[in-house]
Amino acid sequence: MALNKFQIAQRIAKELQDGFYVNLGIGIPTLVANYIPLGIDVVLQSENGLLGMGPFPIEGEESADLINAGKQTITTLPASSIFDSAMSFGMIRSGKINLTVLGAMEVSEHGDIANWKIPGKMVKGMGGAMDLVASAKNIIVAMMHTNPAGESKLLKKCSLPLTGTNCVKKIVTDIAVVEITASGFKLLERAPGVSVEEIMSKTAANLIVEGSIPEMKF
Amino acid sequence: MNKLYKNADDAVKDIQDGQILMLGGFGLCGIPENCITALVKKAVKNLTCISNNAGVDDFGIGLMLQQKQVKKMIASYVGENAEFERQLLSGELEVELIPQGTLATRCMATGYGMPAIFTPAGVGTEVAVGKEVRNFNGKDYLMEYAFDADYAIVKAWKGDKQGNLIYKDTARNFNPLMAMAGKITIAEVEELVEDGELDPNFIHTPGVYVHRIFKGENYEKRIEQKTIRKS
Repeated sequence: MALNKFQIAQRIAKELQDGFYVNLGIGIPTLVANYIPLGIDVVLQSENGLLGMGPFPIEGEESADLINAGKQTITTLPASSIFDSAMSFGMIRSGKINLTVLGAMEVSEHGDIANWKIPGKMVKGMGGAMDLVASAKNIIVAMMHTNPAGESKLLKKCSLPLTGTNCVKKIVTDIAVVEITASGFKLLERAPGVSVEEIMSKTAANLIVEGSIPEMKF
Repeated sequence: MNKLYKNADDAVKDIQDGQILMLGGFGLCGIPENCITALVKKAVKNLTCISNNAGVDDFGIGLMLQQKQVKKMIASYVGENAEFERQLLSGELEVELIPQGTLATRCMATGYGMPAIFTPAGVGTEVAVGKEVRNFNGKDYLMEYAFDADYAIVKAWKGDKQGNLIYKDTARNFNPLMAMAGKITIAEVEELVEDGELDPNFIHTPGVYVHRIFKGENYEKRIEQKTIRKS
C-alpha cells in the first residue's frame, strides 16, 4: 500500500534527532511537525524570521503580525526568537539549521532538485528554496514517487529548471525511502506491501538494491 | 532635525515617475499600508518595486499593479496575484525573481556599505546566468550586488521622532533591512512615541537610517491565511 501524505510526514519525522533546528517547507513537509517523536526536542525555523515556531493559534488569538513562511497565522513558544530576513538566511547559510525538508517536482540521481518553475506556465518564484538547498547540510525531499501523469519524479537528470545541484541527501516518497549516494539512488526502505520491483519500475534511473529491503516502520 | 511628517501623502510627495522603491513586508505582514495607499492616490508610474512579494489582487502592492504603476518588480515569490500574472504574461510588467535570502542580504549589504555579497543560492541554476562565480574553500558562490534604491518604505510597530524603530513579531522580516538601504527611508509606524520612551537596548533600526517618520492610520493588517487549531 502506497503511503498517504500524512504517512510520508510520519516517516520523515523519524529522521528528527534531539536538539535539531529544522526548516519545514510548504505542503507535506509542514505536516512533519505533527509527528515529532516524544522525548525529542526540535526547534522549528520559519524563514520569514522565527525560531521556535508554535502551533496555529486558537480562534480569536490570531495576529496579522505573526505568520510563518507559508503566510499562515501561527504562535510563538516559550524561548522563541524573532529576527530579520537576512539573519534568518544567515543561520541557514552558515549551517546552523540541521535539517531542511522540502517538496520537489523532480530529483536527479546526483541530488539535483527542481521545484520552482515549469517553463511556459506561470512562474511564482523560488522564495527561499534556492537559499535553503544551497546551504543546508541535510536535505530530505518529501514527494510522491510519480507525477499525476504516472511518470517518475526520480530521474537521471532533471528536465525542469533547477533549484539547486548536488544537495538532496534522501527522498521519502509514497512508496520508498531512497538515499542519494555517490553512485546514485539507493533503495533503503519500501512502503508496506510495495515490492522492490514496483519501486524499480517507477524509478526512471538506476536504483541500487543491496540485500533484502525492509518495509518502513512508523 | 525634523524627520516628522504629517501623514503618508506628505511623506511620499516627492517620489517621481520611474524611481526605484523598496517596500518592506513578507506577504501582507508588515507592509507599509499607508504609503501604498498614498502612492496609488499620487498615481506615480513606471516604478521599479523591490519587495519580497507583490501583494494580492486588492491589497498591498497589488493595488499599485491594478493602476499599472509598476514597470518592474524585483521579488522572490509572486504567487498570490492574478493581475500580476496577467500583466506578466502580456508583457506589460517586467519581473526579476531572486532567491529570498539573496534579496534580504542585498538590502543588508547596502545598509552596511558593502558593494556586493557572495552567496551559494542559485549556483548551477538559471539565476546564475551572467553572474560572476567565485570559489571559496572548494564551494562556488555567486556575486550579487547591493541594491541602489531611491526610497525605502517600511512599516514599524513603534517609532520615535529621531526615527528609532521597533517592529512587532514576524512583521519585522525585510523592514529593518530595507530601512538601512534607502537613499531616503520613509517609516510609517503604528505608534509614534516621544523621544526617550523606547529603550535603547531594544531598538531594531537606529534612527540614523530613517529620514522621514509618521504615524500611520486605519491599519487593516489583513491576514492572508487564517489558520487556527480547535483547542
